[in-house]
Amino acid sequence: MFIFQWLNYQLLKMQWLSDLAQKFVEQVMGLSVQDRLGGSIHFFLYDVAKIFILLSVLIFTISYVQSFFPPERTKKILGGYKGITGNIIGALLGTVTPFCSCSSIPLFIGFTSAGLPLGITFSFLISSPLVDLASILLLASIFNWKIAFAYVVAGLILAVIGGTFIGKAKLEKYVESFVYSNTMIDIEQYELTVRDRLDYAKEQVFNIVKRVWLYILIGVGIGAVIHNWIPENVISAVLGRDKWYSVLVVSLVGVPMYADIFGTLPVAEALVYKGVGIGTALSFMMAVTALSLPSLIMLKTAVKIRLLAIFFAVVTIGIIILGYAFNAFGYLLM
Amino acid sequence: MIIKILGTGCANCNKLEQNTRRAVEELGLAATIEKVQDMKAIARYGVMRIPALVIDEEVKVVGKVLKVDEIKTLLK
Repeated sequence: MFIFQWLNYQLLKMQWLSDLAQKFVEQVMGLSVQDRLGGSIHFFLYDVAKIFILLSVLIFTISYVQSFFPPERTKKILGGYKGITGNIIGALLGTVTPFCSCSSIPLFIGFTSAGLPLGITFSFLISSPLVDLASILLLASIFNWKIAFAYVVAGLILAVIGGTFIGKAKLEKYVESFVYSNTMIDIEQYELTVRDRLDYAKEQVFNIVKRVWLYILIGVGIGAVIHNWIPENVISAVLGRDKWYSVLVVSLVGVPMYADIFGTLPVAEALVYKGVGIGTALSFMMAVTALSLPSLIMLKTAVKIRLLAIFFAVVTIGIIILGYAFNAFGYLLM
Repeated sequence: MIIKILGTGCANCNKLEQNTRRAVEELGLAATIEKVQDMKAIARYGVMRIPALVIDEEVKVVGKVLKVDEIKTLLK
């Protein structure tokens, strides 16, 4: 137990890094971490370093796992399931299939023209950006394991229910006709060697870090400002635990924004530190990561506006409901 | 030889195009390189990850930015 705790503190929460950042702020810069300026610099240095270290290690490990689940294979696996089981497997595979928002259209077309039910495809599309193996460990690092698992379960539930709803609503007629008339050729699969997988994992680390570093810096920057410069009573006046509309506000603000989950975490961290409810913070994270205008606009080429609007509404409402549920039962997790 | 790069204009798609042009040039091949950006056209190749490289109507690689040397091996 003691060893696990030590591992949790030093490896996951990186207490040593916090101490190091504190030494730097105090001895090199001559500021106190109790001060506003010193405190925000400490938050910034510690969070940026921590996220980048965790991100690199995690992406490497996760990409290795993901190399076993290319979309072509996921498509095949999903073809064997129907109904709610299909939605659940779709949501689960969404967490391990490597996915970049620029591929969401070819993936959607590929799944749909292969005859996968719309509901299962949407379960996959909802869970994919929302729940990601890396985000689980980052959540555990920043908050704790219980919250991390709760977030994952919540994300999966949202994906399963959202997909089931879209499936039941019989929306196939709102998919552009070319998607169905598209004859899909199966691309030959060649087995990857361990070497290939390691190379792929290494490449992914570079690609992802290159893609998200700016989001992280901005996210941590905003987090540092919230952490040390915005008075607690201002935040709690709008987003406080006792404000019933807090979840609604963050969801509606978060939906049009898009950032990577890694950039969003530090903002959520600072909000919770300032007394914002855990459900509110999680809703914010989900709203920012799950729905983004660019990917919606891209989806527009394959589906009609009606289906797009329903997808959008289902996910938004789901996020809001989950936020309220977490605020109500969040005390069990802290 | 007709080489097609399938992609919607993302950064990786452009990178793959550049590398392909370099490879073709270094090998001194007489090949035409086309960019396919239309989603419907891309879907027809059965590609679910972009960018993808198509040589003489055969999908060679999907979802990966090949290095110049790797493309050369494919072209030989």
